[in-house]
Amino acid sequence: MLTLEKRPTPSRLWGAATPVLAVLLTMGAGGILFALLGKDPFEAIRTIFWDPLFGEFAWYLRGQLLVKAGPLILIAIGLSLGFRAGIWNIGAEGQYIMGALFGASVGLAVFPTENRLIFPAMILAGAFGGWLWGMIPAILKAVFNTSEILVSLMLVYVAERILSKAALGFLRNPEGAGFPGSRNFAQYPAAANPELIAGTGMHWGVVAAFVAVIFAYVLLQRHILGFQIKLAGQAPRAARFHGINPAWMTVMCLGISGALAGLAGVFEVTGPAGQISIDFNVGYGFTAIIVAFLGRLNPVGILLAGLLMALTYIGGEMASTNLGLPSAAIQAFQGMLLFFLLAVDVLTNYRIRLFAKGVA
Amino acid sequence: MTATKPMLLTVQGVTKAYPGVVANADVSFSVGVGEIHALLGENGAGKSTLVKMIYGLIKPDSGTMTLNGAPYAPTAPRAARGMGVGMVFQHFSLFEALNVAENVTLGMENPPPMRDLAGKIRQVSADYGLPLDPMRRVGDLSAGERQRVEIIRCLLQDPKLLIMDEPTSVLTPQEVEILFKTLRQLASEGTAILYISHKLEEIRTLCDAATILRRGRVVATCTPRDRTAREMAELMVGTVITPPERRARRQWPATAAALQVADLSVASPIQFGTSLKSISFSVAKGEILGVAGVAGNGQDELLLALSGELRSAPGMVQSFGVALGAQGPNPRRRVGFVSAPEDRLGHAAAPDMSLVENAFLTATIGERLTKSGFIDWPATRDFAERVIKSYDVRTPGPMVAARALSGGNLQKFVIGRELSQSPQVVLINQPTWGVDASAAAAIRQAILDRAAEGAAVVVISQDLDDLLEIADNFAVLNGGRLSVPRPVQGLTIDEIGLMMGGAHGMEVAHAHA
Repeated sequence: MLTLEKRPTPSRLWGAATPVLAVLLTMGAGGILFALLGKDPFEAIRTIFWDPLFGEFAWYLRGQLLVKAGPLILIAIGLSLGFRAGIWNIGAEGQYIMGALFGASVGLAVFPTENRLIFPAMILAGAFGGWLWGMIPAILKAVFNTSEILVSLMLVYVAERILSKAALGFLRNPEGAGFPGSRNFAQYPAAANPELIAGTGMHWGVVAAFVAVIFAYVLLQRHILGFQIKLAGQAPRAARFHGINPAWMTVMCLGISGALAGLAGVFEVTGPAGQISIDFNVGYGFTAIIVAFLGRLNPVGILLAGLLMALTYIGGEMASTNLGLPSAAIQAFQGMLLFFLLAVDVLTNYRIRLFAKGVA
Repeated sequence: MTATKPMLLTVQGVTKAYPGVVANADVSFSVGVGEIHALLGENGAGKSTLVKMIYGLIKPDSGTMTLNGAPYAPTAPRAARGMGVGMVFQHFSLFEALNVAENVTLGMENPPPMRDLAGKIRQVSADYGLPLDPMRRVGDLSAGERQRVEIIRCLLQDPKLLIMDEPTSVLTPQEVEILFKTLRQLASEGTAILYISHKLEEIRTLCDAATILRRGRVVATCTPRDRTAREMAELMVGTVITPPERRARRQWPATAAALQVADLSVASPIQFGTSLKSISFSVAKGEILGVAGVAGNGQDELLLALSGELRSAPGMVQSFGVALGAQGPNPRRRVGFVSAPEDRLGHAAAPDMSLVENAFLTATIGERLTKSGFIDWPATRDFAERVIKSYDVRTPGPMVAARALSGGNLQKFVIGRELSQSPQVVLINQPTWGVDASAAAAIRQAILDRAAEGAAVVVISQDLDDLLEIADNFAVLNGGRLSVPRPVQGLTIDEIGLMMGGAHGMEVAHAHA
């Protein structure tokens, strides 16, 4: 008989080993899934994990890795702070959209003025937009004790409506011959977020993601605020005893994660995406939740998990175009990653014991 | 043992080990029919593990038990109840929103119709002098009355063996007397009682035989009436206990009171909690005020209101003339308040955090452990190590998670953390809850030492020994109201019992029983 036995202290070894184990299990289960779909599982796994880095088109795809990982990491860092405090912001996707809209609006309002302050102003506006969208669930929770999970999630759909309204209406390119979508920031140097080193995919958003990783690491390790965030999540009553006001903690965590998601949005719209369009958002805000947990809510872990997730995105696209795998299978594959991570996570706090039956 | 009475329960060589600790090692004892048998030992001696095995909650690793001469190996409490073994737990398992009869129904295999059950409850409560209205909501009952619900729940199943785990810890002295009458009546009718306690005088007055456990082993079996309390205490602890030494109180220059509480009324933040009703008292420098009372009469709320977790109007809590009622915990810590809530794991300490992090939890301000918001971890670690050393906290090291410590050790750490911060005002709820006798003596001594250094101390406790040994003044919290503090010297146990609310209208209970 198998029994789970709680460890006196969480295992550090398993804490580090479970993400690796989860990736291996995902490869195994994913391989079976692909085989059942009639594809060669080894080729599929190789296409997803190996080809983007070392395959024929790696020169291009490696750059795409940072482009995709940047927003995932930036959003996941913000989310991880809230998750650690027990505040569940599920609506980063909406905050991401609002950040892009606010930032883009500032840039488009002053078009075609050339000024070095325009881009920084757009960035600030983007962060503000995301923060504002995060404040709605925060204040509702602080004042009326509503569930931030539901409110933030529902606000994603509100943001999507506003996005399509913007792309079709108030932000539409007046010179775009009636096509939906705003002006392209690539043609507006004062507001553009170009690749900093050609071929690397590195843009200001990726820089911001790296800075956020370092910032979050120092915050959690050394700063009293990081301690309070961890305390509020692990032991709410001890947190009140320490002197933390739960309402303030909610406002702060949703504010930080909203602002970072907004930043990711404005960096994306000015850089890789280039414009506000109906299908501007591609789910970074949701995938970042997986990234945050895959990285064990640890800043360095999130950096690695963001890169891994970006890899499965790029490799997944390759697999669906080259091997004809349905995109739903790729999404299931990515979902398995979180599933297996949460499943093996139990080993960090518990050990498995084998018991012979029939002990008197 | 006694050849006159037939044996009811015999436990032979029972062993139970948990990872890292042997809870019971080769334990053997037996209980006769109609015998009141004490199981005596300190916290952590293995009493609870042993009775949980008898009640079928856990399975022994080895050893055998017999009940009425037949092999007895219950696999679940239901099996134990079916064979006539009942148990009243220290912590009640009652639903506060349901009434008494509904709660009793929940424990039954084939519950009778509610009206029959109510009648049966009335009859059993009358037979045994335990008055209880089956239709009252449990949330409105006192702790003593809740215990009666548990006892009656067991009695309805007509048990041959009744296990009682620390039953008097929630009772007033008068209620204890009534409980003892009930237990003696049950014993005279042939029900054996296994009575778990660490209160020696109780065992001497009540029990026919005692088995003393220490660190999971039986160290002695004796007849309590023939032994002194001190002899049994030393068997239980294994060492000679030194009572705390009270130094002569120094005279401090007259100032405003170190802690002044004026007409403090505040609603309880806890569901089914007790709101505080116009509480007034003051504590001078160097004075210790002991607050007694049966659990659930506002103790938790009083500590929250004094520590700042529960806010009130500004003037309701003052220190040296400064109004603090509307301030949170940290502004109060800045003027020298320290506090130790009753619930150690989850409230006074974060279970999954290390002792170093838990040291930081409340010593941030008192020990100046931050520099412009950044945590000085080396200094925090030094502080944690100092607490561990001076309060004899048994731990592999300061980086161990708080939940890995035993209850008593964590209690020592929490109390040590607070008392090491050179406080002006000390607030402690249940200082010796769950610690062994020698550690309890050390904690009481540390509290006396802080008072001797000039701290004003409020100790809230259900353990009267705690209070009588260290307090200068004594007050009782009853239904959210505090009695007028009286000097401890000259108070008798009877007077204290009456201050605690007597026996909640039960004096007549045994008159016709």
